[in-house]
Amino acid sequence: MLGATLGAAAFARAMAPLAELTESTSVAEFMQKHYRELSRDEMHKVLRRLEGETERRYGREVTIRDVRPTPGVQFAYALNLSVCIGCRQCAEACHQENNHDRATHNSYIRVLEMENGSNDMERGRTDYDHAVPAPGKFYMPVQCQQCENPPCTKVCPVEATWQEPDGIVVVDYNWCIGCRYCEAACPYHARRFNWERPVVPADEINPDQAYLSNRIRPQGVVEKCTFCLHRTREGRLPACLEACPTGARVFGNVLDPDSDIRWVLENKRVFVLKEELGTQPRFFYFFDV
Amino acid sequence: MIVGVGCGSRDNAERAYGPAVAADAGLHPVRIHAPASLTGLRGSVRDPNGQPTEVPCATCHAGRTFPLPSSPAELGGPHAGMRFRHGTNVCASCHDPASAERLRLADGRVIPVSDAMALCSQCHGPQARDYAHGAHGGMSGHWDLRRGGRVRNHCVDCHDPHDPAFPSFVPMPPPLDAPRRAPAGRGQTGAH
Repeated sequence: MLGATLGAAAFARAMAPLAELTESTSVAEFMQKHYRELSRDEMHKVLRRLEGETERRYGREVTIRDVRPTPGVQFAYALNLSVCIGCRQCAEACHQENNHDRATHNSYIRVLEMENGSNDMERGRTDYDHAVPAPGKFYMPVQCQQCENPPCTKVCPVEATWQEPDGIVVVDYNWCIGCRYCEAACPYHARRFNWERPVVPADEINPDQAYLSNRIRPQGVVEKCTFCLHRTREGRLPACLEACPTGARVFGNVLDPDSDIRWVLENKRVFVLKEELGTQPRFFYFFDV
Repeated sequence: MIVGVGCGSRDNAERAYGPAVAADAGLHPVRIHAPASLTGLRGSVRDPNGQPTEVPCATCHAGRTFPLPSSPAELGGPHAGMRFRHGTNVCASCHDPASAERLRLADGRVIPVSDAMALCSQCHGPQARDYAHGAHGGMSGHWDLRRGGRVRNHCVDCHDPHDPAFPSFVPMPPPLDAPRRAPAGRGQTGAH
């Protein structure tokens, strides 16, 4: 009798987290399949549910789309270190475009202030707070390098992050368990963890959202730069490029031989960060010489 | 809207710098932004909304030709107080000596101010080459011209032709990398 009572109490205690879970998680959300296993109809339902949740929690009507890669398109990005002045406009544009948490002023881009003549990222500073460009310095914005051989996706225990056919590495925020292995595996410090539920005022929310990119992330999941796939998969330029006042950024389809990005890769002396790791970034840096 | 000032021929600029295939392949156009500084001056008077007024060049220059001053010191009126820091250039290096409101190329051809990019490109060849390939100068719009157009910055959008060095300015605030830390720790995490 005592055993049965204890057993019932233990069972109730063991099930308590599930009861708490349902307060913040709908059954539909709990039962949702992995992004790549969702049928068209299921995807449609998921998107409408997420739109409804956003409206309830944030008071803003948004559109969340599932934007797929275009066959024959492989994205690449190049950044001209000779003209970047370190103004952080790209990081700010990212902050707004991708509905980042306002309190932490999160962004997928960090701008390193580097000593002229050195490429030692360990000594790059992100906290500079003076007029730019400062004498004797150059500036190196770093974001996800969309590696061809990404270490981050391999460590994910639940396959919540993977590389898409157009080269963009994405995260299914509803599948991510928040273990942060990917964050540790990335040699470019490109992933971010949502310690809190992001807070964005309703009138500052960018309502043009996609499932795999800039929809407002849940608490406890990892996020990263997606080359603004909700824009770029529809032919538009990424937000960070449009914000750049110096034209340091070049973006395009590397499979198109007439594209600007191909011209840069073929005619400029480009390099990639931490080439020795074999990650094969799709993000290139170059100097005008 | 300022029309007809500076004898604008943006089409020429597009022919010179846009992708040659644009018209033929049914692609959307690449347009070069027309900076207001090529068609007017920012006046000292503000409009009822507090915005500075644009005074079209034609206000003074239409139908009248001003001789080119021999030195910046002679500049007066709305052109007083300009800064000149552009190498060893003198007024006549770029302006037509016979008519200050037109530009003159090195080969003697006189062009309207709106075609300034052709003039800049005479000396700044590498930049003009990079520009032609989308690797110099800001832009907005579409990377895929099959789906939409693109607007490119004009040289003068970023560089004052009389003082062309890109100005220094205060950057956006630094990132707050570790949200759980005290606010005093703002930006304390250097990139790893």
